Amino acid sequence: MFSTDHKVIGVQYGITSLIFLFFGFCLMMLMRWQLAYPGEAIPFLGTLFGPDRMPDGVMLPEFYNQLGAMHGTIMVFLGVVPLAVGAFGNYVVPLQIGAPDMAFPKLNMTSYWVYFLGGVVMLVSFWIPGGAANSGWTSYAPLSVIATTGQTLWLFGMVLLITSSLLGSINFIVTIFQLRAEGLSFMRLPFFVWAQLVTSFLLLLAFPPLEAAGVLQLMDRLAGTSFFMPSGLVVSGVPLDVSGGGSPLLWQHLFWFLAHPEVYVLILPAMGIVAEVIANNSRKPLWGYKSMVYAIIFLGFMSFIVWAHHMFLTGMGTAISTFFQTTTMIISIPSVVVLTALFLSLWGGSIRFTTPMLFALAFLPMFGIGGLTGLPLGFNITDIALHDTYYVIGHFHYVVAPGTLMALFAGVYYWYPKVTGRKMSDKLGKIHFWGSFIALNFVFMPMFVQGLAGVSRRLYDGGQQYAHAHGVLYLNEVMSIAAWALGLAQIPFIINFFLSFKKGSKVNDNPWEATTLEWAATTSPPLAHGNFAHVPRVYRGPYEYSVPGQAKDFSPQNSQ
Amino acid sequence: MQIPYTDTARPDTGLYNAKLGIWLFLASEVMLFGALFSSYVLLRVGAPTWPHGYEILNIPLATLNTVILISSSVTMVMSWASLMMKDFGKYKRYMGLTILLAFGFLIVKGFEYGAKFSHHLYPSESTFLAIYFTITGLHGLHVIGGIIVNAYLWGPGAKMWKTEPVRFTNRVEVAGLYWHFVDLVWIFLFPVLYLL
Repeated sequence: MFSTDHKVIGVQYGITSLIFLFFGFCLMMLMRWQLAYPGEAIPFLGTLFGPDRMPDGVMLPEFYNQLGAMHGTIMVFLGVVPLAVGAFGNYVVPLQIGAPDMAFPKLNMTSYWVYFLGGVVMLVSFWIPGGAANSGWTSYAPLSVIATTGQTLWLFGMVLLITSSLLGSINFIVTIFQLRAEGLSFMRLPFFVWAQLVTSFLLLLAFPPLEAAGVLQLMDRLAGTSFFMPSGLVVSGVPLDVSGGGSPLLWQHLFWFLAHPEVYVLILPAMGIVAEVIANNSRKPLWGYKSMVYAIIFLGFMSFIVWAHHMFLTGMGTAISTFFQTTTMIISIPSVVVLTALFLSLWGGSIRFTTPMLFALAFLPMFGIGGLTGLPLGFNITDIALHDTYYVIGHFHYVVAPGTLMALFAGVYYWYPKVTGRKMSDKLGKIHFWGSFIALNFVFMPMFVQGLAGVSRRLYDGGQQYAHAHGVLYLNEVMSIAAWALGLAQIPFIINFFLSFKKGSKVNDNPWEATTLEWAATTSPPLAHGNFAHVPRVYRGPYEYSVPGQAKDFSPQNSQ
Repeated sequence: MQIPYTDTARPDTGLYNAKLGIWLFLASEVMLFGALFSSYVLLRVGAPTWPHGYEILNIPLATLNTVILISSSVTMVMSWASLMMKDFGKYKRYMGLTILLAFGFLIVKGFEYGAKFSHHLYPSESTFLAIYFTITGLHGLHVIGGIIVNAYLWGPGAKMWKTEPVRFTNRVEVAGLYWHFVDLVWIFLFPVLYLL
């Protein structure tokens, strides 16, 4: 339980975050019922939620708002980031750089348990009077300041999660800088390690402003200050008794200063995983490894000066909007560099269509759709029409769900043999892949159509009250059915995940015939303490596949 | 297998693990207080009227606190320097003095807060008081954090001097870096809140 070994902590992170991902997904499946069949009782399940959430099985608007806010929060902060960084980063990075453990094992353990506590606080908030936070995952003031007590718990939960990721990111950076094996220079690091390094810097520097914002909002809620409360607010006909003079825009600036780099926290580890899987399964070196590395470093810097493109419609001024529009267009370039390099890496390779490879290949076009649909949102002219519509929802879900999640699944299938010494079933894996891939597109593609028709996000009835939405309302049912189908498609994965632990076919130490240290220099599963029987020494770059003149088509980094 | 570079510097980075760690931590702290100071600027620029700090706050007390905190930074350096010169007794005295000065700072701060409360000047009164209490409060928490770490290094943690002197000296150095940062935040805080 309270292990300080990075592998145990990685697995703890992995399992906890997968559970949270599933929980967050369940919240969404409930919401999709209300969107497809507004005002109708949910069969069987509805009455279980009690009269203050779903009287007679019909969802209340307040509960719908809670589900929406918590779906976003849980998916981002308790699901994807802990899986991408906490789980894969913790387990794989020390092995890939030939380190015996993380630089600060106790800090590592603390980081997990603080994350766990943050998750518990978030979950508990569902059962307090007024329910969980219901001001969206963005918690825009002043609404969030006058919201029910759930918001206070949300803030405490966030402070814990921020602390956890802060401890984690320090640990990752120190580990990567200090504990690289002999001969493992920076340009010999696997791309996954680079991605984790840049991610850690983003977490380290972008999260504290949100912590500051959280503290200020807590003061507003608990000490009656007016950081985010403008003068002259009237709630339900009664003027609010606050000193006023605060700025709701200040919250948005502080929030997005974190939340935009956070987007890259979600995507960079995914790119890292995909790069590993593609190099391994195309049996070729990554095309343009160095340009990819420079691209993500540049991307890391740029991600700190694009945040206000989320705020074009707040009236912050055209000059500022133009600045952020420009930086936003610039930041799309490094993403295109990475994506192009990954596509070109496939050219002329002898591709093995393994389960992880299928997921990694799906990532490329899916992330491409997500990225390209972001451009119209980055231009402040077109954003006027698209802002706050389902188009936005479609855009960022394409980045995170069919994009990042596909990559994370690739990572699970790819490193499962490393953790357990057994392979997951290919047959179940392929059912999981095709089911998820098709369902995801039916969930998110119609959102673009709805958004272009002007349907707003966060509508309790899915847009029924608006005449302009009626032409595209039939899509609500399509998306909902696809979402539930997506739920069904996860069943083979869950079975596979648990069954393979005992029943999966046993594999040798390097089942994928990979070159990086985690496969080449240790056993599968690795030694419990210290990871390596001999301290590895590195003689070559990370992706020396199909080197002419070599007997085998892969040359491990530690072979002379 | 031991984790490398816990007490010796890695040749190519020139740092031992904890020193790099604390610098990274301080970088994130800069972002934390940077965000708060930026909020201060934004709120003040947007406000129709903003009081001068000296009209409300007690400058002599704050000046006294500035002197106390700077002195504690000096004693902190001296405690580390004493360890470098292998003088454990001197280390104990200087570290003890650092902790006492930190308590002195908090006591003065307590008087300041008490005076405000007795005049019904609460954070909810105005945006100026709100930001004053938030930033100084958060800084106060950092001082308390520093006292806890330093007290550990002065008391039970000091046993490490007998077994691993190099590592212990490093710990004091790292705690010192943190303490200087807490000092530095106050150096920014004092003019911004009290004088401007």
